[in-house]
Amino acid sequence: MELLYFGDKGWGDELFFATLMTIAVSITAMIIGFIFAALFTPLKLSNNKFFNSIGNAYTTVIRGVPELLVIYLFFFGGSGAIMFVASIFGYNDYIEINAFLTGSFSIGIISGAYSTEVFRGALQSIDKGQFEAAKVLGFKKYIYFFKIILPQMLRLAIPNLSNVWQITLKDTSLISVTGLVEIMRQSYIAAGSTRDPLFFYSFAAVLYLMLTFLSMQLLNRLETKYSKGY
Amino acid sequence: MDIELMISSFPKLLNATLITLKLLSVSLILGLFIGLGFAILRMNNNKLINKFAYGYSYIFRGTPLLVQIFIIYFGLGQIEYLRSTFLWIVLKEPYWCAIIAFSLNTGAYTSEILRSAFQTIKPGYLEAGRSLGIPSKIIFTKIQIPIAIKQSLPAYGNEIILMLKGTSLASTVTLMDLTGVAKYIISTTFKPVEVFIVAGGIYLFMTFIIHNVIKYLEKKYGFQT
Repeated sequence: MELLYFGDKGWGDELFFATLMTIAVSITAMIIGFIFAALFTPLKLSNNKFFNSIGNAYTTVIRGVPELLVIYLFFFGGSGAIMFVASIFGYNDYIEINAFLTGSFSIGIISGAYSTEVFRGALQSIDKGQFEAAKVLGFKKYIYFFKIILPQMLRLAIPNLSNVWQITLKDTSLISVTGLVEIMRQSYIAAGSTRDPLFFYSFAAVLYLMLTFLSMQLLNRLETKYSKGY
Repeated sequence: MDIELMISSFPKLLNATLITLKLLSVSLILGLFIGLGFAILRMNNNKLINKFAYGYSYIFRGTPLLVQIFIIYFGLGQIEYLRSTFLWIVLKEPYWCAIIAFSLNTGAYTSEILRSAFQTIKPGYLEAGRSLGIPSKIIFTKIQIPIAIKQSLPAYGNEIILMLKGTSLASTVTLMDLTGVAKYIISTTFKPVEVFIVAGGIYLFMTFIIHNVIKYLEKKYGFQT
């Protein structure tokens, strides 16, 4: 237990901040994922064959390729791509991108593919009559979407989105390979310097369990809130 | 785009695919047995046994696979007692550690899939079996299991694909599977995009095959409920 003391003696404070980092990366990745989902869901539902195949390619490739491989692509390829763009604008120095950004971006792209599927499913299972009724009543486009379609879609999407959140939270452990100090990386460091990997990795498992348990409690509450009236 | 690198790395990556497939198949077979065992325990009326089985699946589904591999590979070697038993022969090999972690992980997911499949079997089928005087063991093996397999096929297909992606984590414990070799080539040539296309293509090809085999099986064994 001494190993968990706060301060210089133990690893308590380091692991606490690492947990905060995991939460921060997961939330950022989830938000980036939503942005991707907002872009690709309309493409997947589009009648245009070209747009449709772009949307399908995104979800198929990302969901069919291991997360670790995607992370390596962005970890090794990210700064190269940015440097290439910068060199067009005449900036030729070495640019290193922040591990937090690379990590959240790569996990975000992965979580976006899952979110896209969730939103697509939710939109498709809304009763067709709702769309027609809203059109017949002559609502303005944004009211039609934000007040009528979106609330119904969220109700259907939230249970599946909480699954996506779980996947995203667990996937963040993989960005420890890029050196970002989150729970896994911090446990690796602590295990290396104390030679007690069993304790620290088990403690990491406990931290992840706590995070999944607490977030499930919160999301279940959200779920009941949105399914009021059903 | 470095086409030459893509062509020259293809045989190396294909070779590493064999390890990925070996890891996948062995852990899926072991995981199926573990999953079936825990699914049966989950349906037990004894609360303690039920809780134990639920705890197992909760812990393995609630923590990242990476943590599980690290605990088994780095953690268990620390217990002095284990080092003196024959288990150490298994646990000092990263290959077997990865297999243990993968099997336990997929076993947890499989047990949930099978449990829900068992629970959705219509009670009428079991009642019909019982009223015909079929012994409960035969009801289980000849009625419940076949129906459960059919019902869990779509979810199990997803689990196979998730596991295929999960085997990539073997590269973190020094195994040279498809992702491990891909990472090695990327870090020596600094050409991530080309290697990603080839390695990702191989993975996509495998998921494509798995997806279609499951679809075929669903059609073949599909029945109306």
